[in-house]
Amino acid sequence: MTIAEKILAKASGKETVSPGEIVMAQVDVAMSHENADVVLRSFRDIGVREVWDSTKIVILFDHRIPAESEKTAITHKRLREFVREQGIKYFYDLKEGICHQILPEFGHCRPGEVLVGTDSHTTTHGAFGTFATGIGATEMAGVWATGELWLRVPESIKIRVSGSFRDYVSAKDLILSIIGHLGADGANYQAVEFHGETIRSLSIASRMVLSNLSMEMGAKVAFVMPDEKTVSYVKGTTDKIFEVIQPDENAQYVHELDIDVTDLESQIACPHSVDNVKNVRDVEGIKIHQALIGSCTNGRLEDLATAAQILEGNRVHPDVRLLIIPASKRIYLEAIKKGYIETFVKAGGIILNPGCGPCLGAHQGLLAPEEVCVATTNRNFKGRMGSPESFIYLASPATVAFSAIRGEIATPKAP
Amino acid sequence: MNEVMKGRVYKFGDNINTDVIYPGKYLSITTDREEMAKHCFETVYPEFLEKANKGDIIVAGKNFGCGSSREQAATCLKYFGISAIVAESFARIFYRNAINLGLPVIVAPNVSKKIRDNDTIEIDLQSGIIRNMKNNETITATPLPQFILRIISDGGLIPYLKKKLGIEE
Repeated sequence: MTIAEKILAKASGKETVSPGEIVMAQVDVAMSHENADVVLRSFRDIGVREVWDSTKIVILFDHRIPAESEKTAITHKRLREFVREQGIKYFYDLKEGICHQILPEFGHCRPGEVLVGTDSHTTTHGAFGTFATGIGATEMAGVWATGELWLRVPESIKIRVSGSFRDYVSAKDLILSIIGHLGADGANYQAVEFHGETIRSLSIASRMVLSNLSMEMGAKVAFVMPDEKTVSYVKGTTDKIFEVIQPDENAQYVHELDIDVTDLESQIACPHSVDNVKNVRDVEGIKIHQALIGSCTNGRLEDLATAAQILEGNRVHPDVRLLIIPASKRIYLEAIKKGYIETFVKAGGIILNPGCGPCLGAHQGLLAPEEVCVATTNRNFKGRMGSPESFIYLASPATVAFSAIRGEIATPKAP
Repeated sequence: MNEVMKGRVYKFGDNINTDVIYPGKYLSITTDREEMAKHCFETVYPEFLEKANKGDIIVAGKNFGCGSSREQAATCLKYFGISAIVAESFARIFYRNAINLGLPVIVAPNVSKKIRDNDTIEIDLQSGIIRNMKNNETITATPLPQFILRIISDGGLIPYLKKKLGIEE
């Protein structure tokens, strides 16, 4: 069996499962952000008084923080009351950061478990060998009530990666190139497994980039094979016992792909779809108005380190607004200690509070018609970050930082 | 729920994402479903709110509902009065959300080539047969698994769970 099949068999109390089968899986972690308010409405409609397990539900605020509207302020208030009412053990108010960084930091991502979240980028946690997937609000209400969820056992795709990255080329470029190759629905309903020497050499943060963006090719889950790096990270965050699950040698895959990154160049997803991927070299020179470094994809310490190294001693182009959003409070503090934040501010960058920022178009840096933004985020859909007449390009932290200095899309190069 | 449904077709292309269906700036609307319905497709296809009617069936290409997990994307269409969505394929979270809300979603290969905007179609959810009333042509959709059909016929996941958990209305 593949890793997805093995975890779902375990979670549904079966010896074996096969693709296409629908199973009732026991959920280990159930995460919601502000949309817990949508879940709550459905939970009240079901009519159950108490949640199934107040220690397995995680609620936090990251999408619209601090509240951008009175409506959101009411949502936050109602959810704080609900958390108290139900004794929800793991609640992270708006000072902590983005859900997909908070979950691992606080020990909620463990290999071999089933983690569901009312957020599509919940696939991020496959980086820890967790069966982690996004679900809707009403079915989360069902999880709150019963602790279980129906899941179709997915077919699996195996991606083996070899070779070393060139300077300034990173996991973001690799996954953009894969999405460009497979398409926006290239892994729809499927489980992705990342294997190979290059993947093993990646940091935890870089692995999370792969699992996070796999959602943009429709993946249900996206696993990085757990290894000693995974176990050591997870043990540093939790005392809970977990079981590392690996795929069998004879597991069946619907598709196998071998990738060598040796010649991979910096990649960029052009408007208005994530699979419209080109070499940065092919779109160089496009004037930009906003540059954004952050999000659940690329707001981690190594991303800020790369950006700081490029921005050190340089100035952001006068026509560009550079927004920087550390993914969590812990990352923010580390970035202060290491001097990155000072570098950003001196270079002319604007630091926003840890959270989703303008990525989903709610607030904090929206775009006017005809404006161009180059961002380390994960979606460039028409109108996502403001005007439907604006343009979003998605790239690595190195490309975004380098472009912010130049005032136009540019391939990062050593000075 | 009626297992045979009939309606006028409102057509879309491939990869219609949930940001387009329900813009992020309205995500602060969390409980008022009638209010959500006022913003379907508002930013990118504002004509939808003028031209679409209650009871219409959306017919689309591949990967309908890709992107964010926002349930508002399915809720707004249901409360607008869309009676069903037929597409060549759906993104998985949108597909689940629609079923959980009792909004029928039907997968039919090549449907966007065979059905035109403004045609009237009839769908039999049990057999998966779609009939184009304009030329009487039929298309066979992938039938819904019995488990999913049961959730839809109960009116969505909440009534289904109430029944399962023995909670009185």
